[in-house]
Amino acid sequence: MGKKVILIEDERNIIEAISFILSRDGWEVKTHSNGHDAMQAVRDRRPDLVILDVMLPGKSGFDILQEIRDDAELGATPVLMLTARGQQKDREMAERAGASRYMTKPFSNAEVLEAVRDLVGP
Amino acid sequence: MVTLNVLVLVCLLYVAFLFAVAFGADRAALVGRGTWLRSPIVYTLSLSIYCTAWTFYGAVGFAARSGLEFVTIYLGPTLVMIGWWWTLRKMVRVGRSQRITSIADLISSRYGKSNTLAVFVTLVAVIGLTPYIALQLQSVTLSFATFAEADPFTDAPPSQQSTAFWVAAGLAVFTILFGTRNLDANERHHGVVMAIALEAVVKLFALLAVGVFVVWGLAGGVDEILARIDSSPIARWEVPGSRWVGLTLLSAAAFMCLPRMFQVMVVESEDEDHLRMAAWAFPTYLMLMSLFVVPIAVMGLELMPEGANPDLFVLTLPLRNGQEGLAILSFLGGFSSATSMVIVAAIALSTMVSNHIVMPIWLWSTGGGAMVSGDVRSVALLARRLSIAMILFLGYCYFRLSGGGTALAAIGLISFVGVAQFLPALMGGLFWRGATRSGALAGLGVGFVLWLYCLFLPSFGASEIMPYSVMQNGPLGIGWLRPQALFGADGMDPVIHAVMWSLLLNTCTFLGVSLLTLPKPIERLQGAQFVNVFQHSQTPGSWSGGLARSEDLMIMSQRIMGASEAQAMFSKEARKQGIAGYLPEPTPDFLQMLERELSGSVGAATAHAMISQIVGRATVSVEDLMAVADETAQIMEYSSKLEAKTEEQARTARQLREANEKLTQISVQKDAFLSQISHELRTPMTSIRAFSEILRDSEGLSEEERNKYASIILEEATRLTRLLDDLLDLSVLENGQVVLNSQTGQLSDMLDRAVSAAGVQDRLRIHRRREAEKITLHTDLDRLAQVFINLISNAGKYCEAPDPALTIRPQAENGNLVVDFIDNGPGIPTDQQAMIFEKFSRIGQTKAGGAGLGLAICREIMGRLGGDITYLPGQEGAAFRVVLPLREAATVQAAQ
Repeated sequence: MGKKVILIEDERNIIEAISFILSRDGWEVKTHSNGHDAMQAVRDRRPDLVILDVMLPGKSGFDILQEIRDDAELGATPVLMLTARGQQKDREMAERAGASRYMTKPFSNAEVLEAVRDLVGP
Repeated sequence: MVTLNVLVLVCLLYVAFLFAVAFGADRAALVGRGTWLRSPIVYTLSLSIYCTAWTFYGAVGFAARSGLEFVTIYLGPTLVMIGWWWTLRKMVRVGRSQRITSIADLISSRYGKSNTLAVFVTLVAVIGLTPYIALQLQSVTLSFATFAEADPFTDAPPSQQSTAFWVAAGLAVFTILFGTRNLDANERHHGVVMAIALEAVVKLFALLAVGVFVVWGLAGGVDEILARIDSSPIARWEVPGSRWVGLTLLSAAAFMCLPRMFQVMVVESEDEDHLRMAAWAFPTYLMLMSLFVVPIAVMGLELMPEGANPDLFVLTLPLRNGQEGLAILSFLGGFSSATSMVIVAAIALSTMVSNHIVMPIWLWSTGGGAMVSGDVRSVALLARRLSIAMILFLGYCYFRLSGGGTALAAIGLISFVGVAQFLPALMGGLFWRGATRSGALAGLGVGFVLWLYCLFLPSFGASEIMPYSVMQNGPLGIGWLRPQALFGADGMDPVIHAVMWSLLLNTCTFLGVSLLTLPKPIERLQGAQFVNVFQHSQTPGSWSGGLARSEDLMIMSQRIMGASEAQAMFSKEARKQGIAGYLPEPTPDFLQMLERELSGSVGAATAHAMISQIVGRATVSVEDLMAVADETAQIMEYSSKLEAKTEEQARTARQLREANEKLTQISVQKDAFLSQISHELRTPMTSIRAFSEILRDSEGLSEEERNKYASIILEEATRLTRLLDDLLDLSVLENGQVVLNSQTGQLSDMLDRAVSAAGVQDRLRIHRRREAEKITLHTDLDRLAQVFINLISNAGKYCEAPDPALTIRPQAENGNLVVDFIDNGPGIPTDQQAMIFEKFSRIGQTKAGGAGLGLAICREIMGRLGGDITYLPGQEGAAFRVVLPLREAATVQAAQ
């Protein structure tokens, strides 16, 4: 039984790519493409891992991360943040907000897999 | 035969007539009538007090004794009058602008309102003029005596002393009555001036009448008299050149320095311009006065018995020839000459004595100055009246003391030399800024002492006051100190000797001491006021009125000027300042005006001192003021420099701040832009990289999957290319480097092109009205098409209506082409409408392909084309309005 991962990302093609990679690795991938109800989707899915884009329509990835960390049940869920803005400032903000891992687009597929495996553990 | 009684009666009648004239003139001036009082003729006639009894009687005596020498006495004043523009005009202007009351006041005022100097000048004037007044008494007395001798009915003619006494007393009464009616010397003595003008006419007429009688009645015509003159001793008199020059100079100096001349010339002057007429009229008067002097002298010498007093030829010639009427007229002429001189001299001297000696002493002795109880006004008037009486009494005393024997002209010259000592200080004060008070005092002192020693004391006669041994051998036997042969100048005429030494040493001392001493600030101030009077006729020393109490000033002014005048002046000033009531703010201007007003009554130095007392500063306060002013000026200059610097710094700081803000803003914008670019580039790159890796690494991909992933890579690569194109396009537009390529075309064609290029026909219905599109455009058609394509494809991409439709609605409006693009979607929320034209702004969920640069590019393009693109709120969906000026296209459309 693969671990559950939820991918919150608004770029259609990126969703497709990550879904493909993770599915092939045995993950059960769910996707969600806007910020408004992302939190609800996380609650519903109770994933082992959240992959979160920073720039989302409706709500910023940082805000969603904060909500996850503030949530009693979901607080410990590892979160991998993806961003297309590769500035130091964004990385710091992500770390402060409690991101488990931070990756800058574009990434190699191997990196993603490694990070995901790393975060969820054996 | 004229009896003495008849003469006395005529005399009294004449005096009564003068009284009436003076009284009438005063009244006329009071009610404001009688502009004739202020005519230049009256002014000129009043100047004729220069011609005293000395001239009337003495000139003939002078001529009989010394020939033509008497002309020098007329020559000096004539030269002064002709040169009025250079000296008299300045004196009169200064006198008027500074409210000068006397020559002592003028000199004191010029040298820092120094009362010491005023006192000194006053004393010299009194001492110098006492013989002169005595001279007038003597002439009247002599003329009385002449009549008495010829009067067979009088056994015991009145003694000369008693005649002189009664004349002096009468003159004192007349002077007091008309000379001290007004306290303010600036109100002028219209009555007195009118009376002396009348007397001027009488004496001229009398002398001319006698002259005519002598020439045509006695000599028998002009030819006759000329022949007699040629044969008389007068023609043989040789006058030494030095005496000519000396006496001319002396009379010129005296003309300007005599207190009575100053009185009529400056103080009583109504108008500076009167000098213009006086400049020729007065010399003419003098010429007429001297016209018959020589004939009368010649005939007198010829007809009168040996030993007859030549001074009285004017009187004795008609009398001896039985012309009693003419004799009486002649007597009245002499009487007029004497009285007018005495009256004016007494007024002038009394003003000086009371202003500079009595008032200061009184103010000092009462301790509290102007603030003590009691009417200063009445004190000042009393002081003047007593001064008049005293001056006439002094004249009488001199007359008695000198025994009345000396020739008239000699006495006159003594006085002239005395007052001429004022000349260096006066001229220096008017023309030389460097003249100082110390210089003036020293010069005057030296001149005065020399005059006393060389001329005045010896004039009483040998051994009278000056011991004979001193006259002969000098004091203590020192030969070069002999009074009439100083420094070995032996054998000179005593008068010329005295004039030379006194004026020479006076001037040298004045110059020397002035050069060695520094003027005080107030002297500098006054010096500038005097020397440059024509540049700035107003504002002498400044007052700081901050501490002055108006009420005290008012109390003081009431005492000096009289209650009603003071109140009128104060309330007028208060009104001027916009204050109700009687108490104006003691502004420096007001204080200055007040000081000038008061100086008319009590003299400049006293007025200054009085105001000083109330204003709460010492008399020398102007010094402090000047120092303070200097300091203040420096501080102000310094602080204004600082201020300028501070301002400059503030300006620089502001500029720096602005620059910094701009830079920060630019930096923030740059960060945001880079961040956006990064995002827009990285996003397609992510897909491209991921799918490239998938295609390379993943095994077992179906053909379908391969195709799909390859398509995504291509799609994203295209997106990247488009993004880079847009960025470059925007960059070019923003930098203004775009080259517009104007063409003419139809709007409908453009829209056709745009709709097909947008490639949205399959998912967007487009509503157009072809007939409205018949508008010819002249612009960069490609750029405009780019805008239209953008708007149409945007509608295609973002219109979320179930059945998306776009209405394109063109119209020509006010010379503009207006094209609205309205879709039927949800539109753009109000709060985001302002942002949509910004770079990278995207509304709602992004769909692949939009980098958020389209509308930014549209806005730039429309700006370049001279038009605009705006969001049009309140339509059914998202609505954009494109506005483009039609220019010549408008006329094309109108023609269709």
